[in-house]
Amino acid sequence: MDLQPLPSEPSAPPPPEQVAAAPPPAVGPRFRIPWRALTMVGALLVIWIVFSITTDGTFLRPRNLSLLVRQMAVTSILAIGMVLVIVAGQIDLSVGALAGLLGAVSAMAFTNHGWPLSASFAAVLVLGAILGCVQGALVAWLRIPPFIVTLGGMLVFQGALLGVTGGVSTSPPRAFLYVGQAYVPTLLGWIGAGLVAAAFLARAVRSRGASPWKWIGFAGLAVGFTAVMNAYEGIPVPVLLVLVLAAFFAGVAHHTRFGRHLYAIGGNREAAFYSGIDIERHIVGVFTLMGLMCGAAGIVLTARVGSATSDAGRMMELDAIAAAVIGGTSLLGGVGTVWGALLGALVMASLDNGMSLMNTESFWQPVIKGAILVAAVAVDMIGRRGRA
Amino acid sequence: MAEAVAPMALLELKSIVKEFPGVRALDGVSFDLQKGEVHALCGENGAGKSTLIKILCGYYPTGTYQGEILLDGRPVHFKSLRAGEEHGIALIAQELALVPELSVAENLVLGREPVRAGLIRWDRVRAEAERALALVGLDVDPDCKVKELGIGQQQMVEIAKALAKNAEILVLDEPTAALPEGDAQRLLRFLADLRSKGVSSIYISHRLEEVFQIADRITVLRDGRSVGTAPTAQLTTDRVIALMVGREVKNLYPRPPHREGASLLKVQGWSVEDPLNPGRLVLRDVSFEVRQGEVLGIAGLMGAGRTALVSSLFGASRSRVSGRVSVGGQAPRKPFPSPAEAIAAGLALVSEDRKRYGLVLEASIGENITLATLRRFSHRGLLDHRSREDEALAQFAALRIKAPGLHALVNQLSGGNQQKVVLAKWLMAQPRVLFLDEPTRGIDVGAKAEIYQLIAELAARGLGVVLVSSDLPELLGMSQRVLVLSQGRPTAQLDGSAATPETVMAAATMKA
Repeated sequence: MDLQPLPSEPSAPPPPEQVAAAPPPAVGPRFRIPWRALTMVGALLVIWIVFSITTDGTFLRPRNLSLLVRQMAVTSILAIGMVLVIVAGQIDLSVGALAGLLGAVSAMAFTNHGWPLSASFAAVLVLGAILGCVQGALVAWLRIPPFIVTLGGMLVFQGALLGVTGGVSTSPPRAFLYVGQAYVPTLLGWIGAGLVAAAFLARAVRSRGASPWKWIGFAGLAVGFTAVMNAYEGIPVPVLLVLVLAAFFAGVAHHTRFGRHLYAIGGNREAAFYSGIDIERHIVGVFTLMGLMCGAAGIVLTARVGSATSDAGRMMELDAIAAAVIGGTSLLGGVGTVWGALLGALVMASLDNGMSLMNTESFWQPVIKGAILVAAVAVDMIGRRGRA
Repeated sequence: MAEAVAPMALLELKSIVKEFPGVRALDGVSFDLQKGEVHALCGENGAGKSTLIKILCGYYPTGTYQGEILLDGRPVHFKSLRAGEEHGIALIAQELALVPELSVAENLVLGREPVRAGLIRWDRVRAEAERALALVGLDVDPDCKVKELGIGQQQMVEIAKALAKNAEILVLDEPTAALPEGDAQRLLRFLADLRSKGVSSIYISHRLEEVFQIADRITVLRDGRSVGTAPTAQLTTDRVIALMVGREVKNLYPRPPHREGASLLKVQGWSVEDPLNPGRLVLRDVSFEVRQGEVLGIAGLMGAGRTALVSSLFGASRSRVSGRVSVGGQAPRKPFPSPAEAIAAGLALVSEDRKRYGLVLEASIGENITLATLRRFSHRGLLDHRSREDEALAQFAALRIKAPGLHALVNQLSGGNQQKVVLAKWLMAQPRVLFLDEPTRGIDVGAKAEIYQLIAELAARGLGVVLVSSDLPELLGMSQRVLVLSQGRPTAQLDGSAATPETVMAAATMKA
């Protein structure tokens, strides 16, 4: 997590020695069952089944599921950025406070200072990127551990938020709230879902082996999701934003040099260095992206809640980190996926939502969430040991 | 053979001098490599081999050393490893430089992935990876993760990565250290094959047998100087060993007199698994005995399993250990599961890296000395600082630690005095057997002599001492008996006069 040069990758040890006889055997088939992902989906299904029983089915009504995905929007946006930060072997504790600050700045620029909507959005995205870049520079070039830099950042941003708002909450007018509260018209939703499903099916046709089922499953998921959302008011705009951002960053993570280099840096810093990767620049880059995501998350947060308060975003960094970790990201770096983090955010939001529906006393929610977080990592560590 | 090749060297290093604070690691070393040649570099640990190759690869950039590097007769100045690679020099480092969680293909193209419009072209990556794997004849799925490969296969992936960058000079630093015999032989055959295609290699290995099998010429380094270069055909293993160790042994060592005391430590059938690679043994079936007042030396080259032996006996091993151990004549028992139990039984370990394992640098001398024995000064959960300081002061005086007082911070002391603090800490625990792992590494000659004096005094007091050292004169000077390990197996137990630098080196380079 910090910037001291690491001796070597301390993660899972390699499997037992291959037989030494020449020539070496070819390793592994091309398609492997993604046990990790299936375990997570399984755990989510168990949680949903339990809640649908304890709430007499209320949990699974379209109205509640729509609420559920709206509740997870802000955490998800932060978690998407956080995955990349953690994959690179870093950590960012300032994201909640920064999102709160940027959300308030945006709302005040629009409401109190009469900036055009587009300008007040763009301004905080740029501001977020700059603040992220500064933190990244402190980590990369001054070699301050990211934990310290972003802990300091968190305090600074919390204070700045209090100073900017003066403790008074700002309620932006309707136009601003669109990003947080509106729905995509059902017809448009169906058209979009159709296009996405068609794209998935095209992949299924082109691919060989066992993988077509994966793409067919995704196509079904797109249609099913749209059906459920349209059964209420349509796909919520913030949720659409989350899906678009997730798709974009999943692409960055897996199909750009920048993304792959983040995995290499987190996975074995020495190897990345010996391969000629500019580690410092990548670290600054990933913190800059995280800052940008804080801008987006801040806008959605303010718009969804309907007002910018002086303690907005508090503790959200921990939800984002927890979502990433539950979703399979390793705090040691080098391992993690954007979609996994989304699944992690869904698990967390489901717990919140389900327990609220059951009228569980509110103190139980953090207790249960904390236990699930630790349990998720424990299962992972035990699994690793089993493979060793 | 060297004479048969064109006279102008492909690569030439001229009087290279490299200094680190306080140490002259290389003192005017010259070295040359012909096209299509395998040139081996031999020398004891610390002779300067790694420093030399780091200079020629660009790891130590131009300006941080003196001397000249000529490539094809033209001087070159590398500012980074990258620059070295661009000139066709690829380093295959001792530790594998691969990312375990990424696929083989991604590792092969890491840092130079083909892109179009910002997106990686996976079809090209795959094709490139298959081409690189074909170069080394490695039949693995480019999509599987590197961590799923065996260690020998990972080594081949590294070589494929170097060759894919069109390297003309491969620099291999102990490439077979982690390899099982079969894989090592395959690697050697492969290097011979490359040589016939005109690729040159610089080969560093402690395994002299391999060196004689593969190298066209051998250069021996000793104490940062080149002590000879000759075609392999004109050398013998004995001659190379003599060149490696041939320094004058001064009478620096007050070896304690030999005496037949009671058995203090008896180890039988000791085996230790590789923590990173379960199933492979780093130590196999080692047995020995240490008697009262005796210093037993453990010799071996890097990776022979010396540190694994003492740390596993001390209960500090992270992997599976088997065998029987008996301390102070008690019934043989299974390995200690933790250092706490080893300490309770009367063992103490002064570890190899004192700053990492031995000392709390930001704490005072007194605190460090009593760190392992706080229980003794604790009454109803509270520390009795007075008795603690009294006892610490006694050790402080006995070991002649040079410092203003008990309250001085350890990080202000010299290496030799830091080592004395570590010794004091363990002597507080009143051990019966003391393990010393490289006790004089990185400390100056004067302090070394004092440490030797202390070892002799401790043995005279009836302690059993197990001394691990890469410094052969020191090991021979202090030990009454020497146990030699090679690749995790005991290859010799030499008594007093039978232990000479030559016999120890021969056993240490012996194929186990």
